[in-house]
Amino acid sequence: MPSLPNPRGPLSDALISALGDRPGALDDPPVPTPADPLGDDDLHLALYVLYELHYRGFDGVDERWEWDLGALALRADLEAVFEAGLRRALAGWTPPDADAATMDLALRQILEEDDGPSLARRLERSGTIAQFREFLVHRSAYQLKEADPHSWAIPRLSGSPKAALIEIQADEYGGGDPARVHAQLFAEALDALDLDARYGAYLDVLPGVTLATVNLMSLFGLHRRHRGAIVGHLALFEMTSSIPNRRYANALRRLGIDDPRATEFFDEHVTADAVHENVAAIDLAGGLARQDPSRAADVLFGARALVELDARWSEHLLAAWDADRSSLAAPAAVGAAIT
Amino acid sequence: MTPKARITPYRDGPILIRGPFTLTDQDGNAIATHRQTVALCRCGRSSRKPFCDGTHKLTGWRAPSGPSAA
Repeated sequence: MPSLPNPRGPLSDALISALGDRPGALDDPPVPTPADPLGDDDLHLALYVLYELHYRGFDGVDERWEWDLGALALRADLEAVFEAGLRRALAGWTPPDADAATMDLALRQILEEDDGPSLARRLERSGTIAQFREFLVHRSAYQLKEADPHSWAIPRLSGSPKAALIEIQADEYGGGDPARVHAQLFAEALDALDLDARYGAYLDVLPGVTLATVNLMSLFGLHRRHRGAIVGHLALFEMTSSIPNRRYANALRRLGIDDPRATEFFDEHVTADAVHENVAAIDLAGGLARQDPSRAADVLFGARALVELDARWSEHLLAAWDADRSSLAAPAAVGAAIT
Repeated sequence: MTPKARITPYRDGPILIRGPFTLTDQDGNAIATHRQTVALCRCGRSSRKPFCDGTHKLTGWRAPSGPSAA
């Protein structure tokens, strides 16, 4: 089980200190109004820690904190700040028209309108091994629990969209073979590149802009009212996966790394997500819109929110690398382990 | 009733096969699939044939899910 991270401001300090105590010890910390609610370190670390209570928890933290009313109230306040920031960032966006029969085309249009930078292309063409390892450290925030945030949606769906989600998730979890679980393949890749594959090992070095990409999935996954958004998120995620993962695998081979433990995660995602993206866009997202047309707008919102946060994350990494800096928060703390 | 495999072309994308099936080359040698649902290349441009690798999205390949109009 991971250790609690170091705080990054008054909010995460109040939360993390309380979590070392008994449930009930959280004393209504002031809710921040950060300048950047989509990437603020203190906000997103606190939110990530609160969500983590629902996933694997933390060493030495009483498991009853998961349903502690003070923790839940704080989580709701932070989610409101995050969601308001998302709505503001997307205020100028006009969603494409979509119904059950055209949902896949609308999702594709969201992708085509994305003018964010391509991290995959950069790594494929000119990324250094140090940058590739940093990239893996960022991705560990999600990939070590790959598919889990979308699994929250399973009991909230029924009929054909539920069957489509299960078809994808079963494959994500290795189809019954623990060695093929995608999170396990990712852990093998970390290990092959001499990185720490333990769950949560890098939480202290992940910037808010990275944590926000995972908080987005937890926000959508943990709230039934966002079931359309988590479906749209998964569809877009799968639609932007097979080609970038091929580029990541190419990057490793260009860098002279052909250890199958390093490349298998990426190779696997090329063919897996070529299946998943069709099931997700047509059977899952289109299927949900067919069953409940009122959800179509939420599906598109979830998809567009993913594009927005991923672009910000990619820009953060590329800007740091362009300036010859590390893209991690406090890289010095574990610098020796990463560079 | 014995369940049958279901074969579905997806709009502008690959052919998905679900259900009980075996995938072999023309000499009858098994092609490993690792998964219950597979996507076979329909555009001809995949570098992982017979599987889809998403290349159709880069080339703007188009095909309906149902039969093409004659």
